[in-house]
Amino acid sequence: MAKQKINLTIDDVPLSVPEGTTIMEAAERIGVRIPRLCYHPDLSMAGSCRVCIVEVAGMGYYMASCSVKVWEGMEVQTNSPEIRRARRDIVELLLDNHNMDCQTCERDGHCELQNLAYAMGVRRRHFEGQRKRFPVDLSSHSVVRDPEKCILCGRCVRACAEIQGVHNLSQHGRGFHTVVAPAHEANMDDSVCIQCGQCINVCPTAAFLEKRNSRDVWDALADPDLHVVVQTAPSIRAAIGEGFGLPPGTPATGRMITALRRLGFDAVFDTNFGADLTIVEEAHELLIRLRGDAPLPMITSCSPGWINFLEKFYPELIPHASTCKSPMSMLSTLTKTFYAERKGIDPKRIYNVAVMPCVAKKYEARRPEHFTPEGTPYTDAVLTTRELIWMIKSYGIDFLRLPDGEFDAPLGVSSGAGDIFGTTGGVMEATLRAASELVTGKPADRLEFTEVRAVEGLRETYVAIGDRAIHVGVANGLTNAKTLLDKIINREEEFHVIEVMACPGGCIGGGGQPYPAESVKVLDPELLRKRAAALYEIDRGKTLRKSYENPAVDEVYDQFLGGPGSTKAHQLLHTHYRGALPRGIR
Amino acid sequence: MTTTSTNNWEEVRAAAQAALTEPIVRYIEQCNAGPEPASQLISVLHKVQSHFGYLGPEQLDAVAQLLQIPAAKVAGVASFYHFFRLQPHGRFRINVCLGTACYVKGAERVAQRIMDELGITWGETSKDGVFTLEGSRCLGTCGLAPVVMIDDEIHASVTPDQVPAILEKYLERARQGPAA
Repeated sequence: MAKQKINLTIDDVPLSVPEGTTIMEAAERIGVRIPRLCYHPDLSMAGSCRVCIVEVAGMGYYMASCSVKVWEGMEVQTNSPEIRRARRDIVELLLDNHNMDCQTCERDGHCELQNLAYAMGVRRRHFEGQRKRFPVDLSSHSVVRDPEKCILCGRCVRACAEIQGVHNLSQHGRGFHTVVAPAHEANMDDSVCIQCGQCINVCPTAAFLEKRNSRDVWDALADPDLHVVVQTAPSIRAAIGEGFGLPPGTPATGRMITALRRLGFDAVFDTNFGADLTIVEEAHELLIRLRGDAPLPMITSCSPGWINFLEKFYPELIPHASTCKSPMSMLSTLTKTFYAERKGIDPKRIYNVAVMPCVAKKYEARRPEHFTPEGTPYTDAVLTTRELIWMIKSYGIDFLRLPDGEFDAPLGVSSGAGDIFGTTGGVMEATLRAASELVTGKPADRLEFTEVRAVEGLRETYVAIGDRAIHVGVANGLTNAKTLLDKIINREEEFHVIEVMACPGGCIGGGGQPYPAESVKVLDPELLRKRAAALYEIDRGKTLRKSYENPAVDEVYDQFLGGPGSTKAHQLLHTHYRGALPRGIR
Repeated sequence: MTTTSTNNWEEVRAAAQAALTEPIVRYIEQCNAGPEPASQLISVLHKVQSHFGYLGPEQLDAVAQLLQIPAAKVAGVASFYHFFRLQPHGRFRINVCLGTACYVKGAERVAQRIMDELGITWGETSKDGVFTLEGSRCLGTCGLAPVVMIDDEIHASVTPDQVPAILEKYLERARQGPAA
């Protein structure tokens, strides 16, 4: 049944909207964007910041337009002198309890509070006085928590609970002393945090940031004794351009490579190569599992946020996780073994940098499973897309004018199947391209499996491989993943393969990706769709589209590893996981 | 603590039970059997505090596990309400009345002297674990203002200079050994 239409006026403009529309949504229909802070369309309603207040005729108080639904005959003023003053006062009060260090703040220029203050016309401080004081929490390898910059909008609390199902954050205490923190105000390191970094993405200020590694990288680049190698994840090329003003969805692979060479990296490799290798190893593992030698379904293991979630919240499903290392860790391992051997470089002199869309990769790189036998990490430093953008700008490189460069062979050669790893369903699609051939012994009759591209967050479907129907599940965002995981535990469905990516949209929506432009909401599905489209465009433009056909992968197997699933491959390319107690509450 | 791979719920549950007491666990199980167990969180916290005297991280985590409410949420609720204590209190609880009559008669100065003597502020416990300082609104004995209550004993018309002697009396008791 169609919803009833409600007639109202906003700023004297008459309009008619469906019943249940909020004032804020109604205003957007006539081109009025009411200022907002704690509101996010994909999260539950908080109504706590009061920035979006409007005047409603006949009401004795200002109403929060994000949460009040329209009624028949409602007369709304969004910009009366009184409301403008009240709104400015609210923002002023937020600012007066906030640091005055915009110039030295990581978020400078991308801060919603800063932009809001400017838009509201706040030009000086009125209420200098006591300000909240909290120490910065630097305990985590990935996420830095700086409660002094927090304005208690609660977006991180809601994102952590509603999108990721982790519930690591909540507001503690009351009044002036309120602080957003993990349970018992523990360090992030001692909490159930899975280090996905979505709190960084949704934070309007710099209360959450990635742990920076750019200084380590500058130091390595300046050290003449080190051979500094860099690799870039598939999703970086699809998003890095945004940092330099390119429209979202502009592939920038060639310029990114040139920028990295100008920064002084001695070799530029492609994490895609690691992705192709992951697919070959994982397809091999899948065949073993399909034979009945290990439990089904197999769950992908590339996303370190997901692996943290698995270990902390679903330890009983650990035997289902593919033992393959992530593409980053596979490539880093080969750089310090295969590449070092071939180039005759002492692996101790190699400094491995990985540019990732992800903050959890910073933690993955520090897991003891990913250390060399000498006890040093295979991946020395992980930079987020944001950190790399900053380094390029800081170096005075005019990104938009750069000529295209190319990755170094062989660890930079990849198929299109590697590119699509960066978006949801990509690992599944790449696996299906490979498995199809492995199972049937014939070339796949198709390359694109659009039915596994879980843009809405969750997909379950059957894919025919030969005469076999493979039951697959794809999830991004861990709340979506829970749906699939609970089905496995309750034995409601028999899946063969499940792909889980911790972040919304997959790596393209990772916790280390560029902050969106001011007019774009955080985690905008449209923004994610554009970034994904860039990856599909790159994939379609390649002649090499299946991981098995990557000649560089063959070369590494022939000359170094033996075959897929060989003892050496197991030693270098596979890992294991550890369940944690007490199990997180899911 | 790490485990290999199996469902570790039994261990988690056992650890949660060890942190609480049998009657509290039974109470939580009753809540779980009824409708909307999560809505019983505050009453469970009351039970835990009345037994332990405060809500420590260990107890809050155990409540979280048994009710299956995320620990951050449980700790958030516990820290929001004034009634819940997150640290154990000392052997004696000093309660300075801050009602209007006591305030006018100098309760603030008395409280300040207690803080100076013990090196603590509101809600804190002295290093030796003997005293916890709390304030309350009116104790209903305005004729005796300013009033300081230590556990169940009333001290009337207290002046700042009397504070050291009063505290010494309780310190002496503490030295004689634990309460019967």
